[in-house]
Amino acid sequence: MEFTSRETWTVIHGLVLGTLFLLAFAGGMAGLWSLRPGLMTTEGIQERMKRLYIGAWVMAVVAWAAVITGTWIVYPWYRVQLSLVGEDAFAGCAGAILPNETCSPRDFLKSNVSGNTETWHAFGMEWKEHVTWAAPILATAAAFLIAYYGPRLIARPWLRTAVIVMFVGAFAAAVVGGAFGAFLNKIAPIV
Amino acid sequence: MITDFNPGRHDDVSVASELGPLNLADKPDGPGAAAMISAGIGIFVLGFFTTAAVISGGIKSFLLWWEWGQGVGPLAGKSTLAILAWLISWLILDLLWRKKDVELKTAFYIGLGLGILGAIGTFPTFFELFH
Repeated sequence: MEFTSRETWTVIHGLVLGTLFLLAFAGGMAGLWSLRPGLMTTEGIQERMKRLYIGAWVMAVVAWAAVITGTWIVYPWYRVQLSLVGEDAFAGCAGAILPNETCSPRDFLKSNVSGNTETWHAFGMEWKEHVTWAAPILATAAAFLIAYYGPRLIARPWLRTAVIVMFVGAFAAAVVGGAFGAFLNKIAPIV
Repeated sequence: MITDFNPGRHDDVSVASELGPLNLADKPDGPGAAAMISAGIGIFVLGFFTTAAVISGGIKSFLLWWEWGQGVGPLAGKSTLAILAWLISWLILDLLWRKKDVELKTAFYIGLGLGILGAIGTFPTFFELFH
């Protein structure tokens, strides 16, 4: 029972960092939502804000780690062109039922050798690889706003809502990346 | 939209009396506005280059240069330039507005508009229209 180096990085990128991101988002969202006048004592505010600061910054750091490992470590294994032989871009994928040493995941999906798979790359991967970079930007900006205004957010519902919009925007971008990442790794795993 | 910092602008304790014992000093809204707008700029640049790479082979080659031989492809340039645009714009706006009050609603809607445009630019159904 072991993982290859590539499988390990895929697990770190998607499963470990993805799970941490989800946990941090859930905690942060609950904390932000409850920042309303009259719901907490002064002591409660101080205790709640510490957790919110930690949760928001953890979410931002994890988002950075996920996009950096995804783009600079895992993605090159996905996109490398292995199947080109002469004029035939997908010769190395002939007869493949999964990506292999002559057929990268992108080659495999674009070749359609195992059903209609090209759209998984043309739509799924193309969307995922780009839009997920919005997640760390929004998560960092939201964490900064939470840290900058702190408990003042309780008295400013409009500002709190704006921060929630950014927080949820970061989550939505990450969901696109996470969901398509899971589907793509099922259909064309990194090997 | 931009005014000198007025420490009495927000009366938070009158809205949430539980904040009183914390003795929170008012802060200028400039840094908050800078964070909102610069985030929108970063996402807009991401979407702009994603679509531009489909339209122009020259831009795609320029974006490819940023991969430093790592096999990332044009995504390296798109993401790196977006991050640079975000950080540089944040730094500049923060320096300009550090001691100013900036209308946060306006800043948020500017950032939101830029962010939406950027998100559209990263959507394959949109950028494939230019293929």
